[in-house]
Amino acid sequence: MVEQWTISEIRSKLLKGAISAKELIQELLSYIENHNSYINAYLTITAESALKEAEEFDNNRKLLEEKPLGGVPIAIKDCLCTRFIRTTCASKILENFVPPYDATCVEKLRKAGAIIVGKTNMDEFAMGSTTEHSAFGPTRNPWDTDRVPGGSSGGSAAAVASGMAPCALGTDTGGSIRLPSFYCGVLGLKPTYGRVSRYGLIAFASSLDQAGPIARTVEDLAILAEVISGYDPKDTTSVKKEVPRFSEILGTPVKGIRIGIPKEYFQHSIDPEIERAVEESIKVFRTLGVDFVEVSLPHTDYGVAAYYIIAPAEASSNLARYDGVKYGFRSPTEKPDLMEMYLNTRAKGFGAEVKRRIMLGTYALSAGYYDAYYIKASKVRRLIQQDFLKAFEKCDALITPVAPLQPFKIGEKLEDPLALYLVDVFTLPASLAGIPGMSVPCGLSSRGLPVGFQLLGKYFDEEILFRLAYAYHREIAYSPQIAILS
Amino acid sequence: MKYEAVIGLEVHIQLLTETKIFCGCSTRFGDAPNTNVCPVCLGMPGVLPVLNKKVVDFAIKLALATNCSIAPVSQFARKNYFYPDLPKNYQISQYEKPIAEHGWLEIDTQNGPKKIGIRRIHMEEDAGKLIHDESKPVSYVDFNRTGVPLLEIVSEPDIRTPEEAAQYLKTLRDIVVYLEICDGNMEEGSFRCDANISLRPMGSTELGVKTELKNMNSFKNVQKALEFEIRRQSALLDRGEKVVQETRLWDAARGVTVGMRTKEEEQDYRYFPDPDLVPVVVDKEWIDEVKNTVPELPRDKKLRFMDQYGLPEYDAEILVSDRHLADYFEETIVRFNRPKTVSNWILTELLRELNQRECSITQCPVSPERLAELLQLIDDETISAKIGKSVFEEMFSTGKSARTIVEEKGLKQVTDTDLLEKVVSEVLEQHPKEVEKYLGGAEKVIGFFVGQVMRKTQGKANPKLVNELLRKKLEEKRSK
Repeated sequence: MVEQWTISEIRSKLLKGAISAKELIQELLSYIENHNSYINAYLTITAESALKEAEEFDNNRKLLEEKPLGGVPIAIKDCLCTRFIRTTCASKILENFVPPYDATCVEKLRKAGAIIVGKTNMDEFAMGSTTEHSAFGPTRNPWDTDRVPGGSSGGSAAAVASGMAPCALGTDTGGSIRLPSFYCGVLGLKPTYGRVSRYGLIAFASSLDQAGPIARTVEDLAILAEVISGYDPKDTTSVKKEVPRFSEILGTPVKGIRIGIPKEYFQHSIDPEIERAVEESIKVFRTLGVDFVEVSLPHTDYGVAAYYIIAPAEASSNLARYDGVKYGFRSPTEKPDLMEMYLNTRAKGFGAEVKRRIMLGTYALSAGYYDAYYIKASKVRRLIQQDFLKAFEKCDALITPVAPLQPFKIGEKLEDPLALYLVDVFTLPASLAGIPGMSVPCGLSSRGLPVGFQLLGKYFDEEILFRLAYAYHREIAYSPQIAILS
Repeated sequence: MKYEAVIGLEVHIQLLTETKIFCGCSTRFGDAPNTNVCPVCLGMPGVLPVLNKKVVDFAIKLALATNCSIAPVSQFARKNYFYPDLPKNYQISQYEKPIAEHGWLEIDTQNGPKKIGIRRIHMEEDAGKLIHDESKPVSYVDFNRTGVPLLEIVSEPDIRTPEEAAQYLKTLRDIVVYLEICDGNMEEGSFRCDANISLRPMGSTELGVKTELKNMNSFKNVQKALEFEIRRQSALLDRGEKVVQETRLWDAARGVTVGMRTKEEEQDYRYFPDPDLVPVVVDKEWIDEVKNTVPELPRDKKLRFMDQYGLPEYDAEILVSDRHLADYFEETIVRFNRPKTVSNWILTELLRELNQRECSITQCPVSPERLAELLQLIDDETISAKIGKSVFEEMFSTGKSARTIVEEKGLKQVTDTDLLEKVVSEVLEQHPKEVEKYLGGAEKVIGFFVGQVMRKTQGKANPKLVNELLRKKLEEKRSK
């Protein structure tokens, strides 16, 4: 039962006293216990602190009433720091790392009354599109447990899709919220870069990383986005901009909104069911009075190349701090030798994909290659930004597929990193430009796998994405299903 | 062959901010290890740097004082290298876009003033400190210094001799101390210097192969290391050998430089713009705001003191060596406008008292007003200069004003003619022999009489008046 509930259902049941916060958490915890073993969505389950926090709400009704998310369980991706809760980034190197601080977005959720039930699996340091690159085993897609849930926020998306959490936080660097949300049939928002503080988000690529919500309904997604957004003096790249009340503008009519269809996104070989889902949704939007216009984003094809220079370059530097000196894993050495300690620690502490990207990034920043790689990629990035700015002169939002492929089998592409990188082809450009993007589910394909589409908006215009997604779901009478677990 | 040295200096100064450059931790020196630290300066996962505005203020201040142009937009960059005292394994510094460039400062050389170009000034964070256990193969790391703000000042290779190098450093240090952005302490490492030096045949305009010298912790050592390096490189070139481009460490104990690593062994720092920090935007308003806090610089002040107050260079140099001493001087002048007299008093009496008590001019118990009052008392002959000196000591130890001391101790000069006439008559009566001598033409005896009168008046008699009265009385005797 509890696995089906949305945030507003949970809130109304708690406020009516239909269920106590403790009962709710207990029920959810036992549901998680039954299903997590084969989905592997959670790396850490915080039963004790969750129950304690729930009791506090039961003992203090005023608190429950005042806090907008009072008593609402949430799952947090394991690259977001949680005070006194182990935060691993799904890496051996941080296996036992317990931060003494909360990420700002986590702190905001706690202040709003949310109860953290656990930390979710991911590709190690968020590097991957399948959640197979976790030091603690892959997460399985709840719709077909042989298949990948997408990544890197696969644990969060799978938890929400399977009912192991009503909502979750993920992070998105090149599609890491949008792709798993798509593959798991839930909603996921990557906010505008600068909308949500990055403080406490363990950096993969600082100029791209952004935390965002994952949920089963547009309303829930909007409530979470409202709570976690806003300027943070601890992150100078966060932007001083008022946060709209996303949850209050959902019903605004979408008639007259103009959506652009970027032709480059449809020139790829796309899974026909995915393409059909986008086409069908366009039809639905037309009936709502939305106008469509074809636009061009000519540098789309360079996105993957630029991303796989910039992100690894930043990562190679961001991950340098994991050296065995101060915290985290330290490999024993034969001799008391600093270099040996560094080499062993990093060789054993990092997984293959992380090491691959550190190598890539180190190479791209090296003397003699910096201009040819990093600088060139930065120029491409600016061209991609300009593509979007130009397109948005003609339209208010864009519609695209989220990925060219439906969820594939676990292990299927593990030996071919390049093929995996190409899964991100439709999500990377928005990350490089810093614009907001949302994954919107349509339902299930003939194979019983989720399909959906991606909406992209102008800088700081998450509002239009919420309005469009809400209108679409209302029009098709979308009702979120919990992946049926065998 | 005769060679010319081409020298450029890189100076790192530790800034006197209360807090670190990217977090709120204290910059205090000497605290217990790892007590002034937080997740940010420890480089823990997920934390982010936030720039301390004061550091930019200080950088702008120095840029203005060294005639640099200030970049409207500058950028932090990451300098990547692994070392246990560097928690993130990269140092946040500036690379392609430093805060200030293209400046100069003027130094005094044997051949008159000389301009030395400043190539760039940039902001960066300091690293921590390793402490090695000598008895066990264990090293400890103290992160208290991690994130203490630094400015790096890179000169153009305009310096030609070790003396000029020392002079440049002295001038630069005087400036940063004057600006109150750094304490200028070279031994403790808050003012550090590396040097680049190459030789070329006299008259040539091409640059030779340079070496970089490190580990010099005083002006004298910089000068000595450069002198040694000139000899070493000259000898190599004379023998037809080549100078190897390398970093060399100065060994002060042995008085030699020792090769540390060659160019091939240099690290590739893989600089790139730090994505965690937005570009630093400095507008005219900000510069103007800082401009108001830039004081007159030591060299300008020295020249002005010589010109305006007619002071000798020696006096001016000492007075401006400390900004507060110079202020003290000028505040005294306002109330007692005899610059040379004031300078003499400050250079001898005041500095002696300060040195004895080991206190700085800012802690001086005698205010400029009070010094001026004392000098006025001497000037208008209320007290003699000699008594003035003992009054000054008294002022220092008691904190009382000169006037109070003079009154309490009855030190006022006796200028009462009737009283003095009586004393003079007494003295002359008591020493008839000396009177005879005087009348016999030995006029020098007058000094003896003055001494006697002073004794009888405990030194309080106005010597000028005593002289006059003595002569008058003695001449009277002569004409009798």
